[in-house]
Amino acid sequence: MCLAIPAQVVELRDGDNALVDLAGVKKEISLSLVENVAVGDYVIVHVGYALNKLDPEEAAKTLALFGELGQMDALDDSAALH
Amino acid sequence: MKYIDEFRDGDVARGLAEAIRREARQDRRYHFMEFCGGHTHAISRYGVSDLLPDNVRMIHGPGCPVCVLPIGRVDQAIGLALEQGVTLCTYGDCLRVPASDGLSLLKAKARGGDIRMVYSSADAVALAQKHPDKQVVFFAIGFETTTPPTAVAIKQAAALGLKNFSVLCCHVLTPSAISSILESPEVRQWGTVPLDGFIGPAHVSTIIGSRPYEFFAEEYRKPVVIAGFEPLDVMQAIRMLIRQVNEGRAEVENEFSRAVDRDGNRKAQQLVAEVFEMRKHFEWRGLNVLPYSALRIRSQFAEFDAEKRFALSYRPVPDHKACECGAILRGVKRPQDCKLFGTVCTPENPVGSCMVSSEGACAAHYTYGRYKDVA
Amino acid sequence: MTEIRKNYVRPLDIKHGQVDMAHGSGGRAMAQLIEELFARHLGNEYLAQGDDGALLPHPGAGQLVMATDSHVVSPLFFPGGDIGCLSVHGTINDVAMMGAKPLWLSAGFILEEGFKLADLACIVQSMAAAAKEAGVPVVTGDTKVVERGKGDGVFITTTGVGVVAPGQALSGRRAQVGDAILVSGTLGDHGMAIMAERESLGFESPIVSDTAALHGLIEAMRQSGADIHVLRDPTRGGLATTLNEIAKQSGVGMMLQEKALPVKPAVNAACEFLGLDPLYVANEGKLVAICAENDAEKLLAAMRAHSLGQDAAIVGRVHQDPHHFVQMTTGFGGKRIVDWLSGEQLPRIC
Repeated sequence: MCLAIPAQVVELRDGDNALVDLAGVKKEISLSLVENVAVGDYVIVHVGYALNKLDPEEAAKTLALFGELGQMDALDDSAALH
Repeated sequence: MKYIDEFRDGDVARGLAEAIRREARQDRRYHFMEFCGGHTHAISRYGVSDLLPDNVRMIHGPGCPVCVLPIGRVDQAIGLALEQGVTLCTYGDCLRVPASDGLSLLKAKARGGDIRMVYSSADAVALAQKHPDKQVVFFAIGFETTTPPTAVAIKQAAALGLKNFSVLCCHVLTPSAISSILESPEVRQWGTVPLDGFIGPAHVSTIIGSRPYEFFAEEYRKPVVIAGFEPLDVMQAIRMLIRQVNEGRAEVENEFSRAVDRDGNRKAQQLVAEVFEMRKHFEWRGLNVLPYSALRIRSQFAEFDAEKRFALSYRPVPDHKACECGAILRGVKRPQDCKLFGTVCTPENPVGSCMVSSEGACAAHYTYGRYKDVA
Repeated sequence: MTEIRKNYVRPLDIKHGQVDMAHGSGGRAMAQLIEELFARHLGNEYLAQGDDGALLPHPGAGQLVMATDSHVVSPLFFPGGDIGCLSVHGTINDVAMMGAKPLWLSAGFILEEGFKLADLACIVQSMAAAAKEAGVPVVTGDTKVVERGKGDGVFITTTGVGVVAPGQALSGRRAQVGDAILVSGTLGDHGMAIMAERESLGFESPIVSDTAALHGLIEAMRQSGADIHVLRDPTRGGLATTLNEIAKQSGVGMMLQEKALPVKPAVNAACEFLGLDPLYVANEGKLVAICAENDAEKLLAAMRAHSLGQDAAIVGRVHQDPHHFVQMTTGFGGKRIVDWLSGEQLPRIC
């Protein structure tokens, strides 16, 4: 539940750490909880640890869903056309 | 900020608000509980309720680890600092929680306790490394999101062979809290708290996955939609819940698909399983004692268990008689229904747990929404 | 061969020396500290008088304004400034917010035994530069030393005196229904610059403190002819606290537009990391101006034309409200109140 933010990995560091960047603010965090993270990936950061990678495709899909007309609406609209 | 700003877009919000208004049936009311305190905070801070139609109401749940942290545990932390001379490391959230004898961790600091705020469990380990002459205790609170970082810290301390680092473990489990709400007499027997569905926590779910919620959806026939942290996520989840209710479904859906899948973060789960095991009982502030609802450190890592190292005993401390937090955490009452709200109990002087953390139902309402009560 | 030999055995060792109890005792060591460090950098005709108090010319017609501030900021040195220039800017601003022309400053130092002279010299030089740039000299001062462990390196108290023409003084009580609310630039820079320096929160950021003396900007705002009712600098507790104070003093309510609030992306990002709200983060080089509705655009133009007001914006309106709430329409479209700060804003995990 908890405060976590998506940030971009800009540098991999020793000891399973990485430098992440959010709008120019950089912080060193731990990658101990995740695997296969590459520079350029986005991770969810909570209390100094990456919890998971963020999936850009799913993010785009979710954004598209926000704008989607509901089924009801589509039916209403098509009914109105007739 | 990428993956943040797009999910806060006001124009898209208006579109979603319109979609929700159309999909919500006029002939009924909808009551959804957002379990997670982070969602409570987002709803209040962005004024999401203003964009919902009148017949859709949000009920604030107990998913705020600071709110459910019993006074007795804060007393233990304070005791370690003041009586045992320990260097106590804590997240910022705990500093102002009022405990017994008019103390809080912040007040204990003023009395000379060596109490340090840290951003990460790793900072506590680093502190222990840097000061081998001091006993460092990390006050570990939080749901499943915050537990893996504690597990990593303990393993790190073990690998470094640190003799001066231990953890006061107060980690709690989400499914137990959800059960207690659904099992509460008001919901189960009397049906006086109409609960049509849950908005599932965002970041807890990145760790545990969506699978654990399937039990609740089936057993109690309530839809669950896991929602991301941003206000648009919350609105979309509300829309998905309304659809499920309208269609008579009770499934687990995942709106936060960009960070959550069915299995969750296996690596994190394994680390947690390696270091922790379930406690038979644990007291939750406002919800009483719940079975199999919290974690303690396994015997293999006993030397890092502060409860063992300092032979701590637990003394439960009851809340103020007039405090309605228990009912509020279960969604049975609203902050305004509590006699103490806004008078005796304010963010400055929190009496109960719901006021203590900025995302507790009472604090959120007081800080962001009380102007509605006086209008 | 004559050589005027100084009374002192040898000059202060600025590079390697430390403050010790003798420097506060009133004797030779203290005199040396004052001459070789304070007076050397802060020097002006008033300080040079060398008496217990500074003899100043009467400022002429008008009312006197006096303001005082104690500075205990930690860390002492931060991106964009230090406790020295901060103490000069802060008090100049307090005087200027009253609508007064700042004239003179005093500076009292409480030094901790063991504090490095090199650091003290940096701080004093920074103060001197700030005072010179602002055209407001430090005319008198005091130094005390406390034992090791009883101070935080250095505490500085500055008092400022200024003059304001009769009837021209501004006050927090003067906000009126319908007035426009403006800010002179981006919010939260100073507070987040300080946070970035704090060890355990350590993050690297391009955020720099905005500490600055604002009397020049205020003069430019005056000259625009706009009918300004209130000026205040949103320091500790941020814009939210300042607006709540004014709302209470004036007996009004306020409505802000979140979209209009200027905040640098890096400040937003740093706040996100720590769970902080930029509305509650300290500023040291910004002001809030409340003016008559019709003059808002004119005032905004005057502010933007000045180097310290380039990001100025109109952020809200004053309205009638018996509860004196400061409310805000969020960027998202909903409403919330912007309440008084309870306690200190702490980084959170939830």
